[in-house]
Amino acid sequence: MTATVDASAATDSTGRNRKANLIAFAVMALLVAIAPFVAYPFFVMQALCFALFACAFNLLIGYVNLLSLGHAMFLGLASYVCAHAAKVWGLEPVSAILVGTVASAALGLIVGALAIRSSGIYFAMITVAFSQMVYFFCVEAPFTHGEDGIQGVPQGLALGLFSLSNPWILYVFVAIVFLFGFLAIQRIVNSPFGEILKAIRENEPRVISLGYRATLYKLAAFTLSAAFAGLAGATKAIVAQNASLTDVAFAMSGEVVLMTLVGGMGTFYGPVVGAVIVVSMQNYLAQFGEWVTVIQGVVFVACVLAFRRGIVGELAARAKVTL
Amino acid sequence: MTLFGHAISMPALYGQLLIGLINGSFYALLSLGLAVIFGMLQIVNFAHGAFYMMGAFAAYFLLTLTGLDYWFALILSPLIIGAIGAVVERLFLKRLAGFDPLYSLLLTFGLALVFQGLFQNYFGASGMPYSIPKQLAGAWNLGFMFLPVYRGWVIVASVVVCLGTWLVIEKTKLGAYLRAATENPTMVRAFGVNVPRMVTLTYGFGVALAAFAGVLAAPIAQVRPGMGADIIAVVFAVVVIGGMGSILGSIVTGFVLGVVEGLTKVFYPEASNTVVFVIMAIVLLVRPAGLFGRA
Repeated sequence: MTATVDASAATDSTGRNRKANLIAFAVMALLVAIAPFVAYPFFVMQALCFALFACAFNLLIGYVNLLSLGHAMFLGLASYVCAHAAKVWGLEPVSAILVGTVASAALGLIVGALAIRSSGIYFAMITVAFSQMVYFFCVEAPFTHGEDGIQGVPQGLALGLFSLSNPWILYVFVAIVFLFGFLAIQRIVNSPFGEILKAIRENEPRVISLGYRATLYKLAAFTLSAAFAGLAGATKAIVAQNASLTDVAFAMSGEVVLMTLVGGMGTFYGPVVGAVIVVSMQNYLAQFGEWVTVIQGVVFVACVLAFRRGIVGELAARAKVTL
Repeated sequence: MTLFGHAISMPALYGQLLIGLINGSFYALLSLGLAVIFGMLQIVNFAHGAFYMMGAFAAYFLLTLTGLDYWFALILSPLIIGAIGAVVERLFLKRLAGFDPLYSLLLTFGLALVFQGLFQNYFGASGMPYSIPKQLAGAWNLGFMFLPVYRGWVIVASVVVCLGTWLVIEKTKLGAYLRAATENPTMVRAFGVNVPRMVTLTYGFGVALAAFAGVLAAPIAQVRPGMGADIIAVVFAVVVIGGMGSILGSIVTGFVLGVVEGLTKVFYPEASNTVVFVIMAIVLLVRPAGLFGRA
């Protein structure tokens, strides 16, 4: 369901693509660098966490054509585990984030092993059901503190050296995590492994007939996507100094779909653009209360009906490059 | 009687069994509607929970604005909401017919957000009371327990509507057209059947089933904007367990899982919210296509 330029694009366009991607990355890095001077840094950091979350989600929908409607479970679980590790176990933030990420990757492996046997809408429904199960677990498990969530998570000294309670150091830290995640996902998609994933997206029976075990590739992609979603959630817990049910609730799973859809599924930069738009929309329209949900729904419907490529997908198609 | 360290009282057991049957009635009606829509359109209707909620609200508005009581609502609400569904199909879903079904899913997901957001805007998170019709007030003494008449009625109404739908689809000429159009729409059109109209009406009918469930639920649960979102994930799990293709499967699974959930509340209350999902995981391991589904 992706709207990317055909995978078998002519080889002379590779140079163009490389150039376009370099420019796009430079623009993004520049924007990340100047953003805290023009916008409220806390808001930018949250947007970066959501952007990474959307990139992780896009790894599945954009390159394997698997629509997960329960990705909040990975964001939320990692957020809780990281908050718990930092607050109760007293781990320094980098280790706490790693523990949270590993927890989500493990959850991804289990859910993926069960869900990956089906595809399409069936897969989507299964992920909805599992994320609901994780939600109920988080409501009832003692360590998550139910409706209260985990509050007052210490930001601590990253690697024992950098005090994250300094807002500038925290910003640099979050920017590094985001750029690392972004580049890692790009590297995965452009690797031989990623080529097989895209081949599965285009024609799964054929990939199987060529001797690849498509199920294992899909499971690996699902687990990686869960891990990066977890990285985003765990980082968010350190930034916001809390973990709450919002991050694991169904609405969050819907929001990440919206971000990716608006920005452009199957593009590297689309989820980032979409995340910034959706997060800004929530921020600036917060005074309108539930209208935000209505507006999100309308944007959803409009994108699906008339704008399936998304913003970046549309730009890339006009410029005849893959972004 | 004790089990897992919990003292089990028989009245509590019967009470939860009854609640389980009632929840099962809603699961069955909702998953049946999803199955009917899926059979014809090959899409998952994510707005199903929203239509269920709107069915309950339609009953509420019919009463407060026009004074039409429960019995009118039971007929009119599914007609009104079903008509809205038919319009949705004609205006939106039809345009996505040639695309990946995931787009239709995302479209209904967006519509669900719009509907739910609109109602939340005007009614907040709180519920509107809707009283039990006087003909169904009171309770019967069954000897071992008291059965509130309204709850008995919900179970009977759900069973009748579910079986009626199944009979129409499996045993009538109309049902034969439907099944044929599911298998090969082009061929059925060649025979002169208006398949696009049938698709619209089928979607409307599936939505009407959700609205009917909503009216039934109105006097039990309060009429709340969030009532659809709360139930839909469980209904999806029910559909996955039953298997997407089967009409009868969705009905049976709905009732059985309602009862299982009720029994879990008695024997191991901590798991009552998750038991359906755990069963889903086990079914996926053993039979990925669902209990009644074709692989």
